Amino acid sequence: MTTATANPTASTRAQRIQHAGSDVLAMTGRAVRLVIRDPDSMLISLVLPITIMVMFVYVLGGAIDVGMDYATYATPGVILLCAGYGASNTAIAVAEDMIGGAMDRFRSMPILGPAVLAGHVIASVAKNLVTTALVLVVATLLGFEPDASLLEWLGAIGVIALYILAITCIATYVGVIVRTPAAAGGFGFFMLFLPYISSAFAPPETMPAWLRGVAEHQPVTPIIETIRGLLVGLGSDAAPATDLGSTALLAIAWCAALMVVFLTAASRAFSRRRG
Amino acid sequence: MPPSEPIVVASGLRKSYGTSRRPVTVLDGIDLILHRGEVLALLGPNGAGKTTTVRILSTLLRPDAGTATIAGHDVLTAPRRVREVISLTGQYAAVDEKLTGRENLALMARLAHLPRPAARARVDDLLEAFDLTDAADRRLTTYSGGMRRRLDLAAGLLRRPQVLFLDEPTTGLDPRSRQGMWEVINEVVAQGTSLFLTTQYLEEADQLAHRVAVIDDGRVVAEGTPTELKRRVGEAGVELTFGSAALAAAAAAALAENAAVQEDRLVRMPTDGSVAHVKSLLARIEAAGAEPEHWEVRAPSLDDVFLTLTGRVARAAEKEVAA
Ligand SMILES: Nc1ncnc2c1ncn2[C@@H]1O[C@H](COP(=O)(O)OP(=O)(O)O)[C@@H](O)[C@H]1O
Ligand SMILES: [Mg+2]
Repeated sequence: MTTATANPTASTRAQRIQHAGSDVLAMTGRAVRLVIRDPDSMLISLVLPITIMVMFVYVLGGAIDVGMDYATYATPGVILLCAGYGASNTAIAVAEDMIGGAMDRFRSMPILGPAVLAGHVIASVAKNLVTTALVLVVATLLGFEPDASLLEWLGAIGVIALYILAITCIATYVGVIVRTPAAAGGFGFFMLFLPYISSAFAPPETMPAWLRGVAEHQPVTPIIETIRGLLVGLGSDAAPATDLGSTALLAIAWCAALMVVFLTAASRAFSRRRG
Repeated sequence: MPPSEPIVVASGLRKSYGTSRRPVTVLDGIDLILHRGEVLALLGPNGAGKTTTVRILSTLLRPDAGTATIAGHDVLTAPRRVREVISLTGQYAAVDEKLTGRENLALMARLAHLPRPAARARVDDLLEAFDLTDAADRRLTTYSGGMRRRLDLAAGLLRRPQVLFLDEPTTGLDPRSRQGMWEVINEVVAQGTSLFLTTQYLEEADQLAHRVAVIDDGRVVAEGTPTELKRRVGEAGVELTFGSAALAAAAAAALAENAAVQEDRLVRMPTDGSVAHVKSLLARIEAAGAEPEHWEVRAPSLDDVFLTLTGRVARAAEKEVAA
C-alpha cells in the first residue's frame, strides 16, 4: 500500500451529503403523507383553531378587559396554542414511529439515521403554518384588526415560524425519548398550558407576583409580545412597544436556542436508542 | 448445495436483559455460519432468541459479548458497511399502512438512491414479481395479511441485498398465503441471495432451508440439513390404525421384530418405504387375521426432531407474544 491510493474523501463526501439531502426529502414526503392521511387529526387541526378563537372572543372576551378589542389581543396567543397542539401531535407521531416496524428497517439501511426525524419536523412545521393561516382567517372574521406593514407581517410570520420550528424540535425529542405514544401525549398538555402563563391571554400585571415572575421570564412572553408588537403595535409593561427590537431579539434567541438544543438532543437520543 | 465462502459468521454471541444483579440471559453463546447462496433457518419456539440474534446481525442491537461479521464487515465496528449489503424484513411489518403499495416501494427506491427512471422500473418489476400490480395504488389498509407480507419482502429487496434476513416471514398467515410466500422466497434465493431465516414452523425450515440451526433458550442445540436432523430421530415408519386394541396387539405380535403399539389402536413399524416392503408387512398382518382400517407411511417431521432434541414439544408455538 502506498499513498498513491486514491483519496476517496472528496467525491465520497459530496455524494454522502447529496444522499443525506435526498434521504431527508424522501422522509419528508413520507411524513407529509402520514399527516395528510390521518383524517381524525387533520379534522381536529382544522376545527380546533376555530373553536378556540370563538371561545376566547365570545366566551372570555367579554369578561377580560385588556384595554382593546379582545380578538385583536388574543389572536397571537391562539396561534401559539394551535401550534402547540400541532407539536403535541408530532410528539405522538414520532413516538409511534419509534416503536413501529418501519424504524428497524430504516436503521438497518445505509441512510442518514435521523433523516426520518427531519422528515417529521419539516412536515409538522408545514402543517402548523397552514393551521396558522387558518387561525388568521378565522380571527379576521371575528374582529381581529391588525395594523401592520408588509415588512411587519413578514417579521411576524417569521417569528411564528421560528416558534413552530422550536416547539416541533422539542416535540420530536419528546417523541424519541418516551417509551409509549401515550406518554408523548403528556407533552401536549404542557404545550397547551404554557401560553396561559404568559401575556398571551391576559396581561401579566394582573397575575399574582410569583406567577407574574414566571410569565415574564418564559419564552412565550417575548414571542407573543413580538408578534403583537409587529401586527398590532401594542406593548405591555414588560415589553413596551418602543422596545420592540430587543424583545424581538430575545424571542429569536429563545427559539434558536431551544431549536439547537433539542434538535441535537433528539438526534443523539435517536442514535442511542436501540431496542 | 456446493460448499462456499461464509458470508455471515457469528461467534459467541451473548445478550442479557434485566439488571446486573438479576440478568435474564437471552443469548447464551450463539455460533452460526451462513454461506454465500445458502439458506439457513434458525428454528425455535417463541422466546428462544431468534429476533435478538437477527437484530444483532443486522446492526440494530449490540451483543454483550461475541462477534459477528457480514461479508467480512464487523457489525460492531463497521455497521454502515454491513447495512450496505444486508436487508432486514423483521417480524413486524415495516411498511406504512397509510401509503399505497407503490408509494411504499417508491420510498425504498429513493432511500436506495436509485435514479428516478431506474427506480420506477424496479418498483414496477417488484410489484409484478410479487403479484401486487393490481393492488399497487391502493393503501395497505385494504391489503390482506399475505399481500402485506409480500410487499414487506419486496420493500426489503429493492436494494438487491447480498444477505437477506427474514424474521418469521409467515407467522400468522393462512396456509395458502404461506405457500405463496414460500414460492416468492424460493425465487429470491434462486437469484443468488443468501438468506438467514427464522421460523417457529418446522415445515417451513424443511421447505426453504439448506441448513437448520435449532435454537432453544438462547443456545443452538442442533445443526444440520433437514435430512440429517430427521435421520437423528429415526427412519420412516408405516403407521397402521386398527378397529380395536386387541386387533392392534395381534398385528404387532404377527410383525414381531420392532413393531410397537403406540396408542392403543395404532401400530408403528419401521420401513424403507418401498412398495415391496409395505406389501409384505400388510400380507403378514392379513395372515394373522388383523385387517387394518387405515395405514400411512410417515417420514419423521422436524417436530419429532425438536421433541427428541429438547425433550419437549415446541412450546407456545402458536402463541404470539410481543417480544
Ligand atoms: N428489550 C428486551 N428487554 C427484556 N427482555 C427482552 C427484550 N427483548 C427480548 N427480550 C426477551 O428475550 C427473549 C428472546 O426474545 P426474542 O429474541 O424476541 O425471541 P424469539 O424471536 O425467538 O421469539 C424473550 O424471553 C424476550 O422476552
Ligand atoms: Mg421473534
